[in-house]
Amino acid sequence: MSSSNASVAIHAAEAGRWGEEIRSDLHVAIEPRDRGGLEITLESRVSPYYGDSILRQTRQVLEALGVKHARVAMHDEGALPFVIAARLETAARRSGVAVRGQALPEKTSLPAPSPRDRLRRSRLYLPGAEPKYFINAGLHAPDAIILDLEDSVHPSEKDAARVLVRNALRAVDFARCERMVRVNPLPLAMEDLSAVIPEAPDLVLLPKTEKPDQVREADRAIGELKAHHGLDRPVWLMPILESPLGIENAFAIATASANVVGLTIGLEDYTAELGVVKTAEGQESLYARARLVNVAKAAGIQAIDSVFADVADLEGLRRWAERSRALGFEGMGCIHPSQIPVVHEAFAPSQSEIEKALKIVAAFEEAERRGLGVVSLGSKMIDPPVVERARKLVARAKQTAEA
Amino acid sequence: MIGNPVTTRSEFAQNALGRTVPTMVNNKPQVPYLGVGQFRPHGKKAGPPLRSSSAYPENGDKRVADLETALRNAGLADGMVISSHHHLRDGDRVALLALEAAARLGAKDLTWFPSASFPSQKGAIELMESGVIDHIEGSLNGPLGDYCTQGKMRGMGVLRSHGGRWQAIQDGEVHIDIAIIAAPTADAFGNADGSHGKSACGSLGFALADSMYADRVIVVTDTLVPFPCIPWQIQGNNVDFVVAVDSIGDPAKIVSGTTEITRSPDRLRIAEWVARFLRESGIMRNGFSFQAGAGGIALAFVDYLRRFMKEDGVKARFVRGGSTRYLVELLQEGLTDYILDGQTFDLDGVKSIASDPRHVATSPFTSYNYHGKGNFASMVDAVVLGATEVDLQFNANVVTHSDGRLLHGIGGWQNCLAAGCTILALPSFRDRIPVIVNEVTTLTGPGELIDVVVTERGIAINPRRQDLLDRMKGSGLPIRPIEDIKKEVERICGGEPARPKRSRHPVAIVKWVDGTVLDTVWQVG
Repeated sequence: MSSSNASVAIHAAEAGRWGEEIRSDLHVAIEPRDRGGLEITLESRVSPYYGDSILRQTRQVLEALGVKHARVAMHDEGALPFVIAARLETAARRSGVAVRGQALPEKTSLPAPSPRDRLRRSRLYLPGAEPKYFINAGLHAPDAIILDLEDSVHPSEKDAARVLVRNALRAVDFARCERMVRVNPLPLAMEDLSAVIPEAPDLVLLPKTEKPDQVREADRAIGELKAHHGLDRPVWLMPILESPLGIENAFAIATASANVVGLTIGLEDYTAELGVVKTAEGQESLYARARLVNVAKAAGIQAIDSVFADVADLEGLRRWAERSRALGFEGMGCIHPSQIPVVHEAFAPSQSEIEKALKIVAAFEEAERRGLGVVSLGSKMIDPPVVERARKLVARAKQTAEA
Repeated sequence: MIGNPVTTRSEFAQNALGRTVPTMVNNKPQVPYLGVGQFRPHGKKAGPPLRSSSAYPENGDKRVADLETALRNAGLADGMVISSHHHLRDGDRVALLALEAAARLGAKDLTWFPSASFPSQKGAIELMESGVIDHIEGSLNGPLGDYCTQGKMRGMGVLRSHGGRWQAIQDGEVHIDIAIIAAPTADAFGNADGSHGKSACGSLGFALADSMYADRVIVVTDTLVPFPCIPWQIQGNNVDFVVAVDSIGDPAKIVSGTTEITRSPDRLRIAEWVARFLRESGIMRNGFSFQAGAGGIALAFVDYLRRFMKEDGVKARFVRGGSTRYLVELLQEGLTDYILDGQTFDLDGVKSIASDPRHVATSPFTSYNYHGKGNFASMVDAVVLGATEVDLQFNANVVTHSDGRLLHGIGGWQNCLAAGCTILALPSFRDRIPVIVNEVTTLTGPGELIDVVVTERGIAINPRRQDLLDRMKGSGLPIRPIEDIKKEVERICGGEPARPKRSRHPVAIVKWVDGTVLDTVWQVG
């Protein structure tokens, strides 16, 4: 095939998926050519309703990308507009025919910036290459969603996932969820950050972090991208410790940047490196998790637990989450929406805890009002740390009730 | 394409809901829909000819060698109406065997009148091509649905609810010449039962009217027992001939081994909200009754409701099947006094109906027939149904895709709308196609009978039900105007969908429960 652009090899390329089992996705095959304009074919079960709309959008996207001459064959499985734009852009970029950068979908209103210490009991993982889960994720009301570019995405699909996740951040209403992105480890993370930071994710998860320099490098890149795109709101960081070395360096990692708001742990990799079997009781990772909690508290940030992998075992999840809270964790990951209510319940302070804490706080306030140096409740004397813990618990209960 | 000599002569009228409907269908005059409860029938019920016992063997043995002999003896002739039932669902072999036997006997221009058709019966297309069958009156989906929607059927399709089918037979609107009744167990006299035998399917209720009103009745069984076959859901006193065959169907497709709850989190959310709605509105109370189908959302709903009933110490007087394991468990746990079953969907259901006297086989006569002295559908407190579309007036479509292609039969859906509270449980869009529309493609249920629409994005209560709106004030459930949900979904889907172009050629009509014409299905593609 001849090329009008000497510097880039132009060839046929495709993106997205179609078939019996596929929903909410679109397959695009682009065959660039020298002349003849755009020749677009569309097969779609939604043709009677959105056929014209899809063709119109296709022309707009290709124009934005500077694609003038190509055969474009599309098989649509009910993809939403932000997915259609992403698949077209990926195919055009892969073919080398996209002479300009991006074709952004219509923007939904950006939620308010995320407070540093907001509630992070649950965060729902969404595989970054699978568009069908995005649109309703917010309905299940996790505290956060994670658009994942790392382990759930095949190496050959990293480029496609990046575009899809960028479009999702821009176009999908995730309700009141904090919008997190898990990027790939450095150096691949740099490409991920360039794609997603302009769309203002609230938090970036840094997988396989072992050294504070890795955090600083990502933080610097995010800072530059924010400045470049005029983004004036925080993008928090949450390093994921997934190795014995990471656990050993935990405090340095936690304090590597003021933007680090929490630490979390990846137990699959950690137990593999330790050479032990990961169990539903988690005894083998007790040291790592306890240390992570201690480090996080020392650094004044949140300690967030790993995920519970058996989706069908909600009772096992409940036990895990309750133990996790008892260790000092403030939340954990979810890999299915059905896990969210269980996790929320497990991490919520119980009614009796709340009542007791309220009594302690009231007793403290009463003592202050009366100018007493010693706080007592009934016959018991109450130490200042107990009061502090009670205040934290009340604050958290309020947050939970508002969530 | 084969022309459509009947429909090209059609004249049209506007019915009470503004739908354009033909006034003649298959050479029979039609009454356009007049409104809920507006049409008053008169005259007497139809009836089969009088017979004498002297014409039947004294030893009660009505067996003949095969279906061809039975059909010949039944006086098969061109233009006759041949009926069958669908309790064997996609596993049925008998209906096609009978129609093929009729073809071998040289019959032409038959009307096939099944209580429902299934994809495995696509062989009927060849019989229509060759002129053996003129048209089908009954639900049409899959390949048969496409054949009809593409305008290839010579006569027009007539879609009726289960209750509407009883009404049509009883009122003499459809006269069955020969009824074919597939029976999992029968004796030589013709007594037949659905709940036992290697092809057991539970109830045989859909075949009851056929056995009572047809000129000739042929029972076909693969499990012949000595007289008496107990229980005799079908009475041999109505039966002319009995044919024993090796197999009446594929048991794996007759009932599912196990019916499964949906695993989709969005659908589970809908199911939970429906159950919470019943609880918070006070409909779920001691002695109440409800009906839910065998779809994924409906099964999950039953599971949630069961949890709430236990928590609140509430017991139902009866639940209405389609029965499944989930209803059977309610019965066994003492959460309901009875299951009143219309059809039986899984092995647990079949086992239960065969062994538990509180699990009762019913027919469309007791449950659904609108031209009777009442029916119990209107005594059910709440029913949970699906639909393909619902519009801003709460009218719903259940028979066609949004583009007008026939999708599934009406089943008991229309009849169930009589319940105290009718709830549609639906995802707000499917494959980018919004479910809430300005106007439904094919009107199957009038909005005045549809009370609540539950989607994963919110719950809309029909403004006509101020009582429900009042009762749900202060509820934690997201009660929203239907227009709001529609707008939100259209924002997600990229605007209002275009309306598919519709042709001017009617291919089928949708009957209301009183036999009037509610809407027209138009040719597509």
